[in-house]
Amino acid sequence: MEMPVPNQAILARKDAIVAGLKAVLPEPEAVISDPHETRAYECDALTAYRCQPLAVVLPATTEEVAAVLKFCHAEGLPVVPRGAGTSLAGGSLPTADSIVLGVSRMSGVLETNYADRYIRVQTGRTNLSVTGAVEADGFFYAPDPSSQLACAIAGNIAMNSGGAHCLKYGVTTNNLMGVRMVTMQGDIIDIGGAHLDASVYDLLGVICGSEGQLGVVTEATLRILPKPEGARPVLMGFDSSHVAGECVADIIKAGVLPVAIEFMDRPCIRATEDFAKAGYPDVEALLIVEVEGSEAEIREQLDKINAIAMRHNPAELRESTGPEQSAAIWKGRKAAFGAMGQINDYICLDGTIPVSQLPLVLRRMEELSEQYGLDVANVFHAGDGNLHPLILFDANKPGDLETCEAMGAEILKLCVEVGGCLTGEHGVGVEKRDLMLTQYNEGDIEAQVRVKDVFDGKWLLNPAKVFPLVTTKERRAA
Amino acid sequence: MTPKSESALAEAIRAAAAKKTRLHIRGGGTRAGLGHGVTGEMLNTSGLKGISLYEPGALTIVAAAGTPLETIEKTLAKENQRLPFEPMDHRALYGTNGKPTIGGVVAANVSGPRRIQAGACRDSLIGVRFVNGEGTVIKNGGRVMKNVTGYDLVKLMAGSHGTLGVLTEVAFKVLPAPEASALISIAGLDPARAVDAMSVALTSPFDVTGAAHKAAGEPVTMIRVEGFEGSVKYRAGQLKELLGKFGDVDVSLNGKANEQAWADVRDVKLVADGEGDVWRLSVKPSDGPAVAAALPDGAAVQMDWGGGQVWARVPAGADVRSLVNGISGHATLVRADEATKARLGVFHPEPPALAAISKGLRAKFDPHGILNPGRMG
Repeated sequence: MEMPVPNQAILARKDAIVAGLKAVLPEPEAVISDPHETRAYECDALTAYRCQPLAVVLPATTEEVAAVLKFCHAEGLPVVPRGAGTSLAGGSLPTADSIVLGVSRMSGVLETNYADRYIRVQTGRTNLSVTGAVEADGFFYAPDPSSQLACAIAGNIAMNSGGAHCLKYGVTTNNLMGVRMVTMQGDIIDIGGAHLDASVYDLLGVICGSEGQLGVVTEATLRILPKPEGARPVLMGFDSSHVAGECVADIIKAGVLPVAIEFMDRPCIRATEDFAKAGYPDVEALLIVEVEGSEAEIREQLDKINAIAMRHNPAELRESTGPEQSAAIWKGRKAAFGAMGQINDYICLDGTIPVSQLPLVLRRMEELSEQYGLDVANVFHAGDGNLHPLILFDANKPGDLETCEAMGAEILKLCVEVGGCLTGEHGVGVEKRDLMLTQYNEGDIEAQVRVKDVFDGKWLLNPAKVFPLVTTKERRAA
Repeated sequence: MTPKSESALAEAIRAAAAKKTRLHIRGGGTRAGLGHGVTGEMLNTSGLKGISLYEPGALTIVAAAGTPLETIEKTLAKENQRLPFEPMDHRALYGTNGKPTIGGVVAANVSGPRRIQAGACRDSLIGVRFVNGEGTVIKNGGRVMKNVTGYDLVKLMAGSHGTLGVLTEVAFKVLPAPEASALISIAGLDPARAVDAMSVALTSPFDVTGAAHKAAGEPVTMIRVEGFEGSVKYRAGQLKELLGKFGDVDVSLNGKANEQAWADVRDVKLVADGEGDVWRLSVKPSDGPAVAAALPDGAAVQMDWGGGQVWARVPAGADVRSLVNGISGHATLVRADEATKARLGVFHPEPPALAAISKGLRAKFDPHGILNPGRMG
């Protein structure tokens, strides 16, 4: 993977730059420049790529963020914004000449308003602790990425994160009402708020998912929802992935809208069983379908769902009978990534496909697995077609990572070919940057790149991400 | 001009760009009053018609921008599905005829009462194709429900009123239509009590899909729940009990009548009928009563979105925006004569930093300034 050659003039000025940053942020812990300490920021959750930044800044207020960005703008320094560093796409991978701007010290709750159903937080706050701040009062924040214990709202907004429950509640962009953002020039702007729509252009919609390239979001107004009365999962096992896929489509067509429909295939089931011992059946594919409501409502929905499942001759149909069993049903799914990590190195893809293409894509992935000689385990959000194939490789075996990446690229191209996209919830980052032209043509890319021109004319914010380097070369050099 | 294909439309825009000919973009023309008047050569999108893809099992529909909304809704209804965001029909408000197009719905981000639960038009919109002011065809998003590949221009196009590009194709996530609905209503509340009542409903776990208050005439506060029949009855019963402290609570399970009642709310019938200018104010719900109180005497008021969207018919020429100055949110002058629109501005002025960004975007998408110039002020 190619990254731009670092600007030697910037590297040579390191001492002066660090002194300048310290002048802007006088607190001793706010500027980190010792290479032993900046090492913690050399990568995010895409650990295959690492690079130490020139320095790391950890401002404590929006005003400090503005002061830092104003300084970096004047000095022509690339800035890499960072939430909690859990990006799977390399969204916060630094370059050697960049300043990493972390929002981790800004994690407070600024306002909670139940009557109007929103919470305003600083964006260094973790996803789960947003819900944590309101759950005692019967509310929750809906987007629930798998990394929710660690990931920050800043990164959720940058990547427009999803999660298992977005089939019903939508992804981050559908739950984000407003932001306070600092532009690369150091201006503090407010977009949106506690009302529901934009007066003119929907700038909020463009900020969300812009991967930290348009501004640094320091505060967010988030929609919170009253917790449902109850929830219950049912686990279904099938003798073929194809049949499981058909069952998903039939459930959706029947007018039932579960909050989650999760899918795991045999390799994934086996790995999680060894690891988490959730008691999953030995089948080709399993589905976890969860519905919400009162006891009677849950019964009504599950009766319909179970009847549909029965038409597909499930090898197993296990409805939760209580909180313990519900936890057991979810246990394996939630442990899936960790389990795979125990037995292998892997890369996790995030392509999304039309649900109708599921059987075809699963079959093609098996073929690619044979062709490349690498195993694939599948665990994904089936209701919305968001696949997470895990390609297993051995990091100690020379060439294995490259083979794995090549196979990953083939799978993502396949997703695009059948009408889907490269990434459903992780973002492009550096990981999928060079595949963008398989989904979009140059004109499509140019339209997006021009949006960045408007917000960040000098191309200093997270500049080497999202778009193929060749398409942004002149802008970055200017 | 009424191009019959996307490539013909792109060609027409390229030709107009070469000659700097201003274009007035039009779909069905039913919302022509929304925004400032535009002078220019008419570019009609109604020649771009047809549903190119509909997969009920994937909850996805893709159609050409000029496809009548009616066609989309009928097609979805056959599979017992619907657009989640309940788009308003502006014909009564503007006294227009013709057929609303799906592209027009997107261009104005038209959303109805269900916005509070299912999101706005922009939330269901998953992909667009459009032609920018240079005649370049641009695709963004796609036909899948989750897509974070590159910047989300889909949202930007929704509500841009044809000033950033001419939509040629739109893709939506759709939802199953419910089996049953209940209308829970309370008569006689003032706006403050009504918003309190709606807030109680909306903070309950009973999945409310509509919360509106008609403040004119005999005031009535309306709450809607939808879903499977048993569930609807249960939730209506729970809400009736919860709302008892606000007065006598009526529950109607008559699906047809409920549908009509919400269609009237959606199309702001109460405000549309009668002389005067019409404003739409978007605020946080608990500010709704303050907005209603600030309006000129004799205003006809309907609140939707739990109080967060206030529709008001006021005497012609009244500057409602100046009356709600201290309240954050925005005020749009939806219906007025062109002179009043020019004097007061249709869209709420943005703070300078945001206005500069909007202007910058317009210059990038339409460098010659030929797409609906002046439409958004």
